[in-house]
Amino acid sequence: MTSTVADHHHDEVPKGITRWLFTTNHKDIGTLYLWFAFIMFLVGGAMSLIIRTELFQPGLQVVDPHFFNQMTTVHALVMVFGAVMPGFVGFANWMIPMMIGAPDMALPRLNNWSFWLLPPAALLLIISLFVPGGGPAAGWTLYPPLSSQGGMGVDFTIFTVHLLGMSSILGSINIIATILNMRAPGMTLMKMPLFVWTWLITAFLLLAAIPVFAGAVTMLLTDRHFGTAFFDPAGGGDPVLFQHIFWFFGHPEVYILILPAFGIISQVIPTFSRKPLFGYTSMVFASVGIAFLSFIVWAHHMYTVGMPLSGELFFMYATMLIAIPTGVKIFNWLATMWRGSMTFETPMLYAIACVALFTVGGLTGLTMSITPADFQYHDTYYIVAHFHYTIFAGSVLGMLAGVYYWLPKWTGHMYDETLGKWHFWLTVIGFNITFFPQHFLGLAGMPRRIPDYALQFADFNQVSTIGAFIMGFAQLILLVVVVKAIRGGKEASSEVWENPEGLEWTVPSPPPYHTFATPPQVR
Amino acid sequence: MIVSRLMQLTGKVLSVTGIAGLWIFPANVQAEWKVNLQRPITEIARVQYDLHMMIMAIITVIALIVFAVMFYSIIRFRKSKGAQPAKFTHSTKAEVLWTVIPTLILIGMAVPSTKALLLMEDTTESDMVVKVTGFQWGWHYDYMEENVSFYSMLATPQSQITGSETKGENYLLEVNNHLVLPLGKKVRFLLTAKDVIHAWWVPQLGGKKDAIPGFINEMWVRADETGIFRGQCAELCGKDHGYMPIVVEVVDDAQYQAWLEGRRNQG
Repeated sequence: MTSTVADHHHDEVPKGITRWLFTTNHKDIGTLYLWFAFIMFLVGGAMSLIIRTELFQPGLQVVDPHFFNQMTTVHALVMVFGAVMPGFVGFANWMIPMMIGAPDMALPRLNNWSFWLLPPAALLLIISLFVPGGGPAAGWTLYPPLSSQGGMGVDFTIFTVHLLGMSSILGSINIIATILNMRAPGMTLMKMPLFVWTWLITAFLLLAAIPVFAGAVTMLLTDRHFGTAFFDPAGGGDPVLFQHIFWFFGHPEVYILILPAFGIISQVIPTFSRKPLFGYTSMVFASVGIAFLSFIVWAHHMYTVGMPLSGELFFMYATMLIAIPTGVKIFNWLATMWRGSMTFETPMLYAIACVALFTVGGLTGLTMSITPADFQYHDTYYIVAHFHYTIFAGSVLGMLAGVYYWLPKWTGHMYDETLGKWHFWLTVIGFNITFFPQHFLGLAGMPRRIPDYALQFADFNQVSTIGAFIMGFAQLILLVVVVKAIRGGKEASSEVWENPEGLEWTVPSPPPYHTFATPPQVR
Repeated sequence: MIVSRLMQLTGKVLSVTGIAGLWIFPANVQAEWKVNLQRPITEIARVQYDLHMMIMAIITVIALIVFAVMFYSIIRFRKSKGAQPAKFTHSTKAEVLWTVIPTLILIGMAVPSTKALLLMEDTTESDMVVKVTGFQWGWHYDYMEENVSFYSMLATPQSQITGSETKGENYLLEVNNHLVLPLGKKVRFLLTAKDVIHAWWVPQLGGKKDAIPGFINEMWVRADETGIFRGQCAELCGKDHGYMPIVVEVVDDAQYQAWLEGRRNQG
């Protein structure tokens, strides 16, 4: 009797705007995160199209250099902190409780707050573009003394970073608490799905790295307004100190962006290869290894600041080591596909493209670890190409694999496979047309973050811009696919795919508002 | 031996990609389609170039192996062709192999890299010193022993930038005063900046180095060839970051002395 009443109460889905404002439900909050990330993805994408339009040919045609710098800066901040990070937190919210057999996140009210910190933060950042002096224009790295010169847009950005950082820290605490305390009976750590593992590691990285960044921008703030001179040489400060602090955060940050994607494709590839993941244990240890190394390689972002020789050597060797665990991961995915029985639905296509193109990004990353060669690569388009091959081809394609993989679970309807494939091919072809030529531009000597360039760089820049528009507009297909799947379509079974591994496939599609009120037993 | 052959191969692949691009997109302004580092004219730049080509060859091979395995699997192990999934989940032999082999490759890369770094950082026994000061937005050069110093700034007219005039051959890569260096002399640069961080970079002379306010950084250059070599500021330094080129003119010693004399007379 009591239990019937409780069940009835639990299945009631609140209506209207208050459902979303006051929700403590992990699925609703996951949905909010994902929509927020998608909107930011389009906003950041629009900025990149402004950048690419200006770079279509030499000379100044569309924007002035100061606005161009604001675009490169805000594009990066929006994509990193607005699109990729919240996107993965959305996945964590939706999937972690369902994958470990928990009824919800451990701290539901905190969860609500971590999400609702994001919209005001994003708003602050966007508003900064319209205040006197404009938005931040010193690059997403906010290096002083240049960032000290900016107007109040920089202060807006600093507060944005504080808010986003707070949100990330709270989110991470929640994720760690959930994973460590709320696993279903029998779900030992080494039985957790790899996505849960990579998020556990990511959450620890966030906890360690974000406060460091918050500290750095706070020092920047007091330098700007309260008479300190942490980074101002005129007051005895040290501008390079900021770079050290920033990259001590910044390098773990890039693994924060990639590890959840590794987790997603480690779920997707086995499903569509119809074969268990190869080397589960080594995957876990490789992720932990990457996470550890991420804290001792930061200065490879700043080889040219004039470090002592011993420092340059240390950071070169340490950085080269990252190739080993990363290689292990790539080989494990290949071995999972090897002698499988593969089909190529959209999630699998994205997962394969993610592995293939991330390999390119990883390998160019290896070239940059070599300090003497990096003196040529540093701050050129070669770097721009490299990190888009890792962050777009790695994180974003991985995330898209996850969207298509779990969309039928979330909505209860199969997505439109034809549109999904169009989205895939246009995105991947557009991406390569955009970014592959940028390797050539960088090697030939084109510095990054310039609004105008010498004539010998004209051809590849045109190609790159054409690719960017293909890739950019292709993302609207995703919007259509998602909206169509929400509104209807072929009913998805609870398994959706052929014998997929994991607890999330034991609940109906779409799952009831509350799942696993009674924990499942894991063998 | 193998490495040098791989390097040739990479060079060919790169040029083929370039040619293919040329064929698809016919020349517009000044078709160059350059795909690789600029031709080095100093020892440092040459060492960097060779190192770069060696690593490119290695990563090209690794990438080709990864893609080959991947595409073989995609073609061979598809359900539509009746492939039955195997059940294996690990193989200690394979896992040890693909940990040990990359480690050996990395060691092979670390040795020449370390040597190159030692060479680059050795600024001792220089023949002369030039102090370079970056500012928003241009460069100031000070030949410290010669009592010669001057500013060097963008010479491209605004009308070319806005497009009301045809862009010249060296658009954005021309300055009012060249930095003149003598052939074959080891020049030690001291780099600093007045306002924000800049980076001094002429690709053909070697790598870049940051010019940081409150700091003095060092690098050295010994040019093996006369001629004019162009570069740019490589660290975002504000609005006109894209408009602070560097032009180095390498001349023989007699011309250099004459140039110094002329400079001094200008005051």
